[in-house]
Amino acid sequence: MNGKPLVYLDNAATSQKPDYVLNAMDEYYRNKNANVHRGIHKLGEEATIAYEEARGKVARFVGARHAEEIIFVRNATEGLNLIAMTWGRANIKKDNKIVLTIMEHHSNIVPWQLLAKETGAQIEFIEIDGEGALREDQIRNKIDTSTKLVSITHASNVLGTINAVDKIATEAHRVGALFAVDAAQSVPHMPVNVKEIDCDFLAFSGHKMLGPTGIGVVYGKKRLLEDMPPFLGGGEMIREVHTHEATWKDPPYKFEAGTPNAAGAVGLSAATEYLSRIGMKHIHDYERELTAYALEKISKVGGIVTFGPKDPTRRVGVITFNLGDIHAHDLATILDEEGIAIRSGHHCAQPLMEYLDVPATSRASFYLYNTKEEVDALVSALEKARMLFNL
Amino acid sequence: MSSDIYKDIILDYYRHPRNFGDLPEPDVRSKDSNPLCGDVIEMQLKIRDGRIDDLRFKGRGCAISQASASMLTELAKGKSLDEIKALDKVDVLNMLGIDPGPTRIKCALLGLKVIKLGVYGYLGQSITDDVKQLV
Repeated sequence: MNGKPLVYLDNAATSQKPDYVLNAMDEYYRNKNANVHRGIHKLGEEATIAYEEARGKVARFVGARHAEEIIFVRNATEGLNLIAMTWGRANIKKDNKIVLTIMEHHSNIVPWQLLAKETGAQIEFIEIDGEGALREDQIRNKIDTSTKLVSITHASNVLGTINAVDKIATEAHRVGALFAVDAAQSVPHMPVNVKEIDCDFLAFSGHKMLGPTGIGVVYGKKRLLEDMPPFLGGGEMIREVHTHEATWKDPPYKFEAGTPNAAGAVGLSAATEYLSRIGMKHIHDYERELTAYALEKISKVGGIVTFGPKDPTRRVGVITFNLGDIHAHDLATILDEEGIAIRSGHHCAQPLMEYLDVPATSRASFYLYNTKEEVDALVSALEKARMLFNL
Repeated sequence: MSSDIYKDIILDYYRHPRNFGDLPEPDVRSKDSNPLCGDVIEMQLKIRDGRIDDLRFKGRGCAISQASASMLTELAKGKSLDEIKALDKVDVLNMLGIDPGPTRIKCALLGLKVIKLGVYGYLGQSITDDVKQLV
């Protein structure tokens, strides 16, 4: 990249893809491609088996009790919108409260804003302390009896903070609210088990976990999914259609209108196999060690300010920082010239940026294939930026 | 594109912006942002006899966007409104003396867009597509 070896440190945005995943999708398209759940022919049957096996593998990967609790969508964003537009529209009423946190990605804010506009519901935000952890007093106080839903990110895409979602689930259930988890930054990097968290919904994207773009997942507890209205209307999701009415299939199909992204599901399931073979615990430990190393090295660069927990055991491999008065975009340009890809800007978390009172930040985010040498390359490039800007 | 774009002159305008702040009674104010990165520029113009008599800018963002806007205020002062309408990308690149490359060119052009928005607004004319497409 720009004459230098690529150092890809933008994994919180999207990950690279191993051959294992690419081959699985290639194999699907070459040998099993047909429309799922339709053809009587043999090929249609094979495609359907591949698609449903993928669902089963993804269900096991996140510890779901039933494969039917896994709905395939495009990405975590669509998953959170699905929850808002189906469960939300049916259950959220005027003056009900939806509790979010100030560290949410736009995808876990805007769907609820749209729902609140429609229903007259209220949204409240749990704030963070100086180290980027959710304030426990606010978790207790803001989740009250008027709360119908608590929706929280498992791991922040800016601060890296890992939130104690199992405890927050307990708080939500204590007042009779449901609990949804945006797991886009956790499922790729650490063991996640929906039963242990006891969440009601959980959403994540395939492309951040070695899988292809255009495939994501919503997990929902079976009894909830059964009572929820459908999402989009069309083929695949119906039981019977007459001129003026229709009935729906059971979950997950009533939420999957139209020809699904079967090759994407196959790719995602291959990614879960690949990750499981290495072991999610192992991946989490490796990234934690890399993050600890990076935090220590980066903190020594003169003029650097980092955000989020100082304790590497409380975070995922996301390090957000600013360097002197160098704007994040200028820094990204300088690093790019060294072949280092980082993210700069508001990271789709403008409310958090406003809360931290920074217009923009730079972010390095790691995955299982990153190395300490790459962290060293990042640090050298930061030193070069300091020189260019006479810091 | 290279880090040569961070020449001393760019850094100087970034850290010590000329014509930064507010005018007492501007004839027109205009403001725009780059949705991709959140850079913001506001321009305030004082217009006399069809010319830019005085102007100030405010904003926040990267070195390229802020330096470019500041340098543009110096370039624009005294120019006729028609001359401002005729300024284009090439004029800005010549003024900066650098080529920021395809991903950063919009940073360099934000100031130009905002001053044009001000001029079109003052004249009560609708904004042309080439102005809209600057950033």
